[in-house]
Amino acid sequence: MRGQTVIAGVGNTRYGKHPDRDKIDLIVAAARTALADAGLSKDMVDGVFVKIANAAPSVLYGQKVSEALGLQPKIGCALDQGGAANISLITYAALAIQAGMIDIALVCYGDTARTGSRAVYHRPRGDDAVMGWYSTAAGYAMIHQAYRQRYGTPDEHFGIVAVTARRHGANNPDAHLRVPLSMGQYLQGSYVVEPLRRDDCCLVSDGGAAIILMSNKRARQLGRSRAVPIIGLGQAQESWEVHLRPDLLHTKAADSAETAFRMAGIRREDVSFAQLYDCFTVTVLQTLEDYGLAPRGTAGARALSEGIGVDGWLPLNTAGGLLSESGTPGLQLIIEAVRQMRGEARLQVSSPRFGLVSNQGGSMHTHATLILGQPQ
Amino acid sequence: MSAPQPTLSPLTQPYWEALHAGQLTFQKCEECDQAWLPAREACPNCLSIHWERVPAAGTAKVVSWVVYHTAYADHLAARIPYNVAVVELDEGPRMLTSIVGCRSDALLVDARIQLKITAEDGIPLPYFVLSEVNEEVVE
Ligand SMILES: [Zn+2]
Repeated sequence: MRGQTVIAGVGNTRYGKHPDRDKIDLIVAAARTALADAGLSKDMVDGVFVKIANAAPSVLYGQKVSEALGLQPKIGCALDQGGAANISLITYAALAIQAGMIDIALVCYGDTARTGSRAVYHRPRGDDAVMGWYSTAAGYAMIHQAYRQRYGTPDEHFGIVAVTARRHGANNPDAHLRVPLSMGQYLQGSYVVEPLRRDDCCLVSDGGAAIILMSNKRARQLGRSRAVPIIGLGQAQESWEVHLRPDLLHTKAADSAETAFRMAGIRREDVSFAQLYDCFTVTVLQTLEDYGLAPRGTAGARALSEGIGVDGWLPLNTAGGLLSESGTPGLQLIIEAVRQMRGEARLQVSSPRFGLVSNQGGSMHTHATLILGQPQ
Repeated sequence: MSAPQPTLSPLTQPYWEALHAGQLTFQKCEECDQAWLPAREACPNCLSIHWERVPAAGTAKVVSWVVYHTAYADHLAARIPYNVAVVELDEGPRMLTSIVGCRSDALLVDARIQLKITAEDGIPLPYFVLSEVNEEVVE
């Protein structure tokens, strides 16, 4: 698998508010941009892979999206894995391409959770709702609390993740939230679900994103020299709800990363930047540690002392991530990683060798990892 | 949005009936001794359907907790700020609860807690309170 599939095109809408627009129309807009970026006509696409939407999910969604694209693909499907779904869809698309089942795949996502329904984020959580157990934020607040209690973590170690993301997002004209955040402002933010402050929590955004996959061989045949090779893929599932898992601070992100790094055949220190799924600040610290990029309980201290900007210890979430670019789940991180590897990012990391992307969903229930190499 | 009601089925009803009678119960596998909550037809460890419903001693420890400053439903507005905690029963199963009768900033990881079943809108909820043993330790 290593290097055999490439990302040949990327596209996204502006993120933020798209009132009165349909999420599938946002997908079509992003797909049009990605197809133009890849220099392809839409009829060359014979695989359509879409993550189900957070706002008003529906059945036969892969077919509804394909219909709007005017396609009758060989493979058309939707996946629910929460925020890990986009890298997982890339994995299944790459496997289908390598098996010769399809030629060119579109992986796409669109949502209107900002101006449409955000009920999913506030939902009562099963029978435990009788205890007042509501919302997506609460699951992460439980992990954040366990983290700060075990390691004695000061609030600034979480704050640096939010402050840096917001600085990066301020540079991104497509970003939902372009207002920088100071550490003082972070610390004064009111609690949503304590210990989560307002700025620990990602945005709820409208937007669409799309990428085009094909085999490395096909990209050469078409002369697509900017195509970015996928050299590592991994997944792993925690499955247990937050309150049932034996340890809140060791997630299966570790196994997902191990699978991807083993496929890539590179060391952790070979990574030039990472786009980590920052739905909440604690997930960035937890992912750095589960991925083996920092010892347990130390990621925040190192981020604070050495920085996580483009010149820092490890450049993170260089377009703003979920905290600033868009709260849509994950495809924007992959698109930014592709732009970095092509040398076209707005805040460009100097000559990146390998780029790392994490996706995760639920309350760190699902994990998927992507490693990109240099265009050849 | 009104207050949620627990789902009642032949599998879950005995749990709520036991709470009405003042007892917190869990399931325990007769094949592998796994103890678990919430109710399932089969043991999540070995998939056996041979299990018994066992009363918990009602003693447990705190694993983690959060404090809601946002009311995600109308009926919760009068409760905020309120805590929801992950706790581990001495018999092994973990569950979500609320630790009542104390300030949320008095909570600590591994703090000893004691079951205190409390009726809310007629539903007996397995809340907990901090055990007196903690106060002795603090002193
Ligand atoms: Zn068993």
